[in-house]
Amino acid sequence: MLEGNIAILGYGLSAIGPGIGIGLIFAAYINGTARQPEARSVLQGIAILGFALAEALAIFGLVLAFVFM
Amino acid sequence: MSTRVLAAGGGEFQPPGTNSVIYPPFVAGITKPMVLLVLSIIIIGVFFWLALRKPSLVPGKTQFAAESTYDFVRNTIGRDMISGKDLRPYLPLLVTVFTFVLVNNVYGFVPFLQLPTMSNPGIPYGIALVVWLVYNAAGMSRHGAFGYLKHQTSPPGVPVGIKPLVIPLEFLSNILVRPLTLSLRLFANMFAGHLVLLVFIMGGEYLLLHGGVLGMVAGPVALVLSIVLMFFELLIQFLQAYIFTMLTANYIGGALEEEH
Repeated sequence: MLEGNIAILGYGLSAIGPGIGIGLIFAAYINGTARQPEARSVLQGIAILGFALAEALAIFGLVLAFVFM
Repeated sequence: MSTRVLAAGGGEFQPPGTNSVIYPPFVAGITKPMVLLVLSIIIIGVFFWLALRKPSLVPGKTQFAAESTYDFVRNTIGRDMISGKDLRPYLPLLVTVFTFVLVNNVYGFVPFLQLPTMSNPGIPYGIALVVWLVYNAAGMSRHGAFGYLKHQTSPPGVPVGIKPLVIPLEFLSNILVRPLTLSLRLFANMFAGHLVLLVFIMGGEYLLLHGGVLGMVAGPVALVLSIVLMFFELLIQFLQAYIFTMLTANYIGGALEEEH
């Protein structure tokens, strides 16, 4: 038996988009590193920056889930 | 918290929630995060003072640690984001932000402290406010107040017809939402990490004590996994300090760069 708050579902929904986005970013990073291993250090910074920016929506979702609880 | 999960063994399991990062004051309104915050300033100050008190050409262990922290921020974060001579004046800020956020995050891993200070939203808001003031002031002193707003809100090469749409959106994302996402990113990551650990530890304990036969098996597994997760959290804690500093540098660099 489970009792809870609908706001948590909102967090789940808001995590879908960033999940796909972050997956694409790291897929591109791994591809790039596999093709050209010496570019790794350059790509790493870009990948992590993209990851941090794509994550924003999921973070809003998490915070709002607790705000509306 | 209204969320309750009924477990098989009877009795109620109270899952950890927002309450688990709010601590009652010890004396006169002084809480655990406040003490940790002051402690972090002392740790960083004493560390750098000890390391660089008598700098030598061939560095000792502490001096090497301090110098590689500085090098790390300068070479892997600063140089990518802020171009050329502009980096020098902002390097102290970047090193300060990096060490401050890192020490406060790693508290989550230190036994007996076990609380990342940044899991309390007030503290990231404060740092993000400082960063917001710095990058806006930097941009305004470089381009002038109006020129800076134009620089941040209307990217070059946008057709005139779309400008009424682009300018409010860019203003929203570059000026208003940036400090919010910057602080919430740090807060939410630390808070979620702290909560996941609490769920594993408290849930494991509950299963072990009240979970019946199945709980006797699942409880210890959860407790062992909580130790694994703690090391994973250590990675996240470092990564968040890195990301926070990188975004700070990125915002400052973006505000300073010339029009193309």
